[in-house]
Amino acid sequence: MAELHLHGGRAVVAGVLEAFSTIEGLRPAEAGEFTRRAFENGRIDLTEAEGLADLLTAETQSQRRASLTMAGGALGRRVSGWQTQLLRLSAELEALLDFSDEGDVGDELPASWRGSLGQLVDEIGSILRSPPIERLRDGIRVVIAGPPNAGKSSLLNSLAGRRAAITSAIAGTTRDIVEAPTAIGGQPFLLVDTAGLRESQDEIEAEGVERARQSLDAADLILWLGAPSECPDRERSLVVQSKIDLVDTPDPGVEIAVSSETGQGMDALVSTLIERAKSLLPQEGDVAINARHRAALGAALRHLEEAGATTDHLIAAEALRLARVELDRVTGRAGVEHMLDALFGGFCIGK
Amino acid sequence: MNSFDVIVVGGGHAGCEAAAAAARMGASVALVSFSRESIGAMSCNPAVGGLGKGHLVREVDAFDGIIARAADHAAIHYRMLNASKGAAVRGPRVQADRRRFKTAIHRMLDEQDGLTIVEGEAAALRLEGRRVRGLDLAGGRSLMAPAVVLATGTFLNGKLHFGMTSCVGGRVGERAAITLADQLRTLGLPIARLKTGTPPRLDGRTIDWAALERQPSDDGDWTMSSMTKRREAPQLFCAITRTNARTHQIIRASLDRSPLFAGEIEGVGPRYCPSIEDKVHRFGDRDGHQIFLEPEGIDDSSVYPNGISTSLPADVQLEMVRSMSGLSRVEITQPGYAVEYDHVDPRVLEPTLAVRSGIVEGLYLAGQINGTTGYEEAAAQGLVAGLNAAARVAGKNPIIFDRSDSYIGVMVDDLVLQGVTEPYRMLTARAEYRLRLRADNAGARLTPIAIAAGCVGEERRGQFERSRQERARVEDMLRQCVSGSDLVRAGMPVRDDGVRRSLSDWLRFPEVDREGLVRLDPALGLVGLAELDEAIQDHRYAPYIARQQSEVARLRSDENVRIPVDLEYSRIAGLSNEMAERLSAALPSTLGAASRIRGITPAALAAILVHARRKAA
Repeated sequence: MAELHLHGGRAVVAGVLEAFSTIEGLRPAEAGEFTRRAFENGRIDLTEAEGLADLLTAETQSQRRASLTMAGGALGRRVSGWQTQLLRLSAELEALLDFSDEGDVGDELPASWRGSLGQLVDEIGSILRSPPIERLRDGIRVVIAGPPNAGKSSLLNSLAGRRAAITSAIAGTTRDIVEAPTAIGGQPFLLVDTAGLRESQDEIEAEGVERARQSLDAADLILWLGAPSECPDRERSLVVQSKIDLVDTPDPGVEIAVSSETGQGMDALVSTLIERAKSLLPQEGDVAINARHRAALGAALRHLEEAGATTDHLIAAEALRLARVELDRVTGRAGVEHMLDALFGGFCIGK
Repeated sequence: MNSFDVIVVGGGHAGCEAAAAAARMGASVALVSFSRESIGAMSCNPAVGGLGKGHLVREVDAFDGIIARAADHAAIHYRMLNASKGAAVRGPRVQADRRRFKTAIHRMLDEQDGLTIVEGEAAALRLEGRRVRGLDLAGGRSLMAPAVVLATGTFLNGKLHFGMTSCVGGRVGERAAITLADQLRTLGLPIARLKTGTPPRLDGRTIDWAALERQPSDDGDWTMSSMTKRREAPQLFCAITRTNARTHQIIRASLDRSPLFAGEIEGVGPRYCPSIEDKVHRFGDRDGHQIFLEPEGIDDSSVYPNGISTSLPADVQLEMVRSMSGLSRVEITQPGYAVEYDHVDPRVLEPTLAVRSGIVEGLYLAGQINGTTGYEEAAAQGLVAGLNAAARVAGKNPIIFDRSDSYIGVMVDDLVLQGVTEPYRMLTARAEYRLRLRADNAGARLTPIAIAAGCVGEERRGQFERSRQERARVEDMLRQCVSGSDLVRAGMPVRDDGVRRSLSDWLRFPEVDREGLVRLDPALGLVGLAELDEAIQDHRYAPYIARQQSEVARLRSDENVRIPVDLEYSRIAGLSNEMAERLSAALPSTLGAASRIRGITPAALAAILVHARRKAA
């Protein structure tokens, strides 16, 4: 294995690679190959590998920091804490099932059992509700929407700092979705311009309007440039009055008034976006999870809830076993033997 | 005649079951024991079954084994443990009369065609290179056979500890097998040391029974074996007493005279069967521990105090038991003692319980020699070894038990992959597919496999066929559709959502039970109770069982990825030394087996897979 540092431009690299290509059995490393090897050789666990993979593609400072947190094993530590709690809960249950004939084990679960289970459900639930790590990579989806000719494309260009979308005075200029990845205040955003929402006989424009509506569903934040009363989703929206340089008094429902032309109000909009980003993005030191973790933790949560809902100890034990399997998927493996260790460590069992 | 198909060494639960199973398979079998009289002895607690253990007994019975029938013949007290919980964790257990148990074992062995009992001391295996050819007995006699099952229990380099005095032996008054142990060591079998203990035996005539809480035998007529028609022996009661602060004080004052604490015992004891000195030492805050007083037989005044296994000196034992309620004037007939013994690391075994052929060919190990504890665990291994030794000699396919079909499969898999760090005891928690593996459906799960293997007698085949037909009749009746209000009228307070469901679907609701079903349809009161209960439990847990079924199917794909046996784990980068050691000891044959080995992470599996592929390429 050799790593080369070369002088000069692409021609030098190409020349060296060409020279090497004639050597039998030599090939360039594939993308991510070293990380994969480190994982396969057990140097790093799965979550650390994923963190490294994210680090390689990090484009903003916040992405880099979240990746480092993950690569440093923060998620693994949280999960192993949950595994320990879960093993204790399982052990208490298994003691009832395997040693109920013995005087030192009662017939019922200790009073604290349901409380501890609930706490575990809350903790996993809160991580599941936290912003997904993909937003760091893909950016916060800010969809700019409203009626035709409201100045959506101009606002996008103004926020992006470049002419990403075509603008004109003609209503219905934007017909397709225009996406512009942009860093604002060091945070990743994906600005999305959409066709003005109106009934249209024009087949192409009608399709554009349909796409605009779909795009609203996927938005993390909507910049609504229409009448406040017509805003499709107040929860996720920021009602913006555009072209404030042409208007005397903005509508009372408007939250921010801006002009792409004069720049008026743009600073306020930008700082509002950065402020919103804080709740939409994983923050420094937070443990952020990706879709794979989300699926496993979500399944674990459902099993834990099932364990809490049943009065049949056998079903509860089965649900906890499945929850353990799901947590194992996130990091390492905790087998039956770990559960037995927890069991025998905490009870005086045996005749 | 000195030539056999299979020689079984040892007449304990493993040896008897192995000899009987091999003979049922049609092999000619020699069962070698120090003395005929000691065959079928219950050397420890006179009880059979329990949580997890009851499952094993029923599974051995499903293969037409002998332990369950002997237990029924001897049973003087029946108790279904966990009776209030789901059927999957219910554990049938009986208290057995030692003499009746031994009598029943002797009768079944005598009646078994092709089985010869040979009295003698096994001196050494007869080998030709690395192939087993037979067995040399002390005194110069030899037996010939291509397969030998060693079921020697604690007799390998056994050492007994009575307080600070120790002597060589397997059980009290019997000799230890030392030469055989040395030979196994020479052959390169990895040997380790374990310990186990027994409590003192009490004279029941000196116990004040009236002062103690009684535990009567269960009502009902369930039996350990599906072949037993009714309970045979008179039923006795057990009693319960407790240790107390004074007991604990006596024990603490004498800990320096316990070989366990004075460092005399090097073997590792079980976590779940600790000595009383261990319990007092580790859980000093408890004010007392329950002790079950179990009668050893009908015409036997001896009582087994379950829960005070000890190796303290005899004078301390007497003081200790006399400090407990009801025992103030008790006499000890035999002091408790600790036994240390050699066992073979079972990771050298195949799932057939044969030693891997690279070490010795034709040698099978079963029971405590593999580091397990308990009659039931021993009998189950005896079955596996006996069946497979006979199958091998006859050139038939091996009979492999799977984790997903039996507790036997769970135990064998645990032993050959994980080895043991303490005497291995079955627990229901060890079986990940516990919901499917119930004691009451052992026959349905395994008897078809047993019939296919050819080890089931005509009588049981007939019984099984009748039971299967009865079950089909029950299923027909459970297909009838009713509404929630029909159930409510029959006294089952389900929520009536207007949906008509089959009775089998309704069984998923906890309000629906056998008594209610019989009120709803009196015809269900006339079918076989065992078959009805089995059906009820099957339907009750059907969604969970279906989910486990798909889990099993998913894991099967890992079982299809073979790992070459000559993979050098120490050379795979990224495996910790500990992982490499475990993998090298167990030599898993598939990726699935490797994934079950303790401490093997997904990353390690990926590395193994990569190396296995590279090797194959």
